[in-house]
Amino acid sequence: MTNLFSLNYFGPELILTGTILLAIIVDLFYQEERSYRVGLWVLAGIILSAVTLLINQQSVPVALFLGSVVSDPFSTYFKFLILLATIFTIVVSFSEKELGNQRVGEYYVLITIMVLGMFLMVSATDLIVVYLAIEIVSIMSFVLAGYLRGNRRSSEASLKYVIYGAFSSGIMLFGLSIIFGLTGSTNIFDIRAALAGLDTSADLALILATLFIFTGFGYKISAVPFHYWTPDVYEGAPTSITAYLSVAPKAAGLALIIRFFNSSLGAPGTFIETEWIFSSAIPWTQVMAVLAVATMTLGNLIALRQTSVKRMLAYSSIAHAGYMMMGLPVLSEHGIYGIMIYAFLYLFMNLGAFYILMLVRNNTGKETFEAFSGLGHSSPLLAIIMTLFMFSLTGIPPTAGFIGKFYIFSAVIKAGPGFYWLAIIGVINSVVSLYYYMQIVKAMFFKDDNESGITIKFSMISILTVILAVPTFIFGVYWVPVADWVRNSLVIFIR
Amino acid sequence: MDHLQIYLIVGAALFCLGLFGVITRRNAIAVLMGIELILNSANLNFIAFSRFGGMNLSGHVFALFVIVMAAAEAAIALAIIINIYNLFHTVNVDEASQLKQ
Repeated sequence: MTNLFSLNYFGPELILTGTILLAIIVDLFYQEERSYRVGLWVLAGIILSAVTLLINQQSVPVALFLGSVVSDPFSTYFKFLILLATIFTIVVSFSEKELGNQRVGEYYVLITIMVLGMFLMVSATDLIVVYLAIEIVSIMSFVLAGYLRGNRRSSEASLKYVIYGAFSSGIMLFGLSIIFGLTGSTNIFDIRAALAGLDTSADLALILATLFIFTGFGYKISAVPFHYWTPDVYEGAPTSITAYLSVAPKAAGLALIIRFFNSSLGAPGTFIETEWIFSSAIPWTQVMAVLAVATMTLGNLIALRQTSVKRMLAYSSIAHAGYMMMGLPVLSEHGIYGIMIYAFLYLFMNLGAFYILMLVRNNTGKETFEAFSGLGHSSPLLAIIMTLFMFSLTGIPPTAGFIGKFYIFSAVIKAGPGFYWLAIIGVINSVVSLYYYMQIVKAMFFKDDNESGITIKFSMISILTVILAVPTFIFGVYWVPVADWVRNSLVIFIR
Repeated sequence: MDHLQIYLIVGAALFCLGLFGVITRRNAIAVLMGIELILNSANLNFIAFSRFGGMNLSGHVFALFVIVMAAAEAAIALAIIINIYNLFHTVNVDEASQLKQ
């Protein structure tokens, strides 16, 4: 589709772009103590973008801008997910004490730019757009992670983030250049066609290029062995940003991995159900299975011995990336289906857990397990909600986390007896994770040795945690609407 | 085709030098220079493939985008490093470690 006509389908992105420009200008007119109002403008823009996305939903995939971006139900699904996470993040940032007494106008602008980058990530079908989208998201997250300029931990987090991020995207770029050299095209569908015509002498270059490219993608979803930045960045960044980074870019990264590898290496037709062009050259199944196992096992094992809840949640988010990656090696649409459901349900429980941590930290100034002591006596409702999130993250029924794990594990089991071991390791990992999630529950309910439990002042964040707790519970009991929505969204652009 | 090979070899050498720099250097600025080498090695590949591989212009376009992105990234990274210097009085990536390993 030509550039001019493509704009009809590009409404949400155009609105985001307009919001970014408007917010930068509006920011100039606010005094420092009122700069948070930029967030209201941005929030309005995000909601407008979501409404446009809802109205312009396409059931038939279309390629836009001469095939560099597509609009299909698959990308629309992830765009909704990203917008939802963004709305929560912006609202919670109004009451985030860490951001405290500095200008916060750019903060909201940067988040919006990141949303635009993630929109491109989930819909990119051209190597140039893939690279640009990843870089837009990365650069914005570097700045957001280090947003507390006077804070040593935050600055250190952004330094580590920028070094790991720039390094891995550089390696990815080198891989993309090899793919470009092998195929002579930057469009992933042309790449697939050209790869089909190559003989086996190109196998080595192709394996190398795929490995390099996966370095960039794996860093985005913090897959082992590209996860080193995750704990430090998550611990140092402002908690609102940590929560956001653990949900939205991760979902966008998974969407990019699915689309990129499915469209460039998968056989033409529908989903990767059939054979892969280079399945002989690239042992995708084995490599992905091993990476998924390594990611969740390492995340869970290191989470066991953390004393800071924020750092524990960082490792837990690595483990959850591992669970989601279990959907990749099975090469079936069930796997993709499981990943999509998991990413959606994970949003609620993980944001909720981080927001309760934020409440506790705002009131006690600590992020350790001890900070949660006696919460069950002083604010029982909050403690019960936190318990719900912890159960959900573990995957205990009847919570949303159980449904997510159920779909992922059933996709793995459907793939045949060769994959049973993967499902078993996944279940063992869930059991291991129970230990450290229950540490919080134990601290909240069974430790009242400290003189008085903390008192939590009522704030916007309390309301948000309740709002997040409702779907965490409801979708654990009645998840049919989500399953149907994902089923309808399982249409990916194919050429 | 001989030309292409020469360019590819130079590109690969630059890539390896960049990797080496990132891994061995502890000065944040030097690490950043290593990253720039990696980006430029990819650029060289793109342009060499476009020019000698008989391919279309998208390699050139890609290289232009990469140059712009590299500039943006370097600007952000240097700002972060200046901030680190103000707080830690060092630009050594190992010494700036308040966060638990």
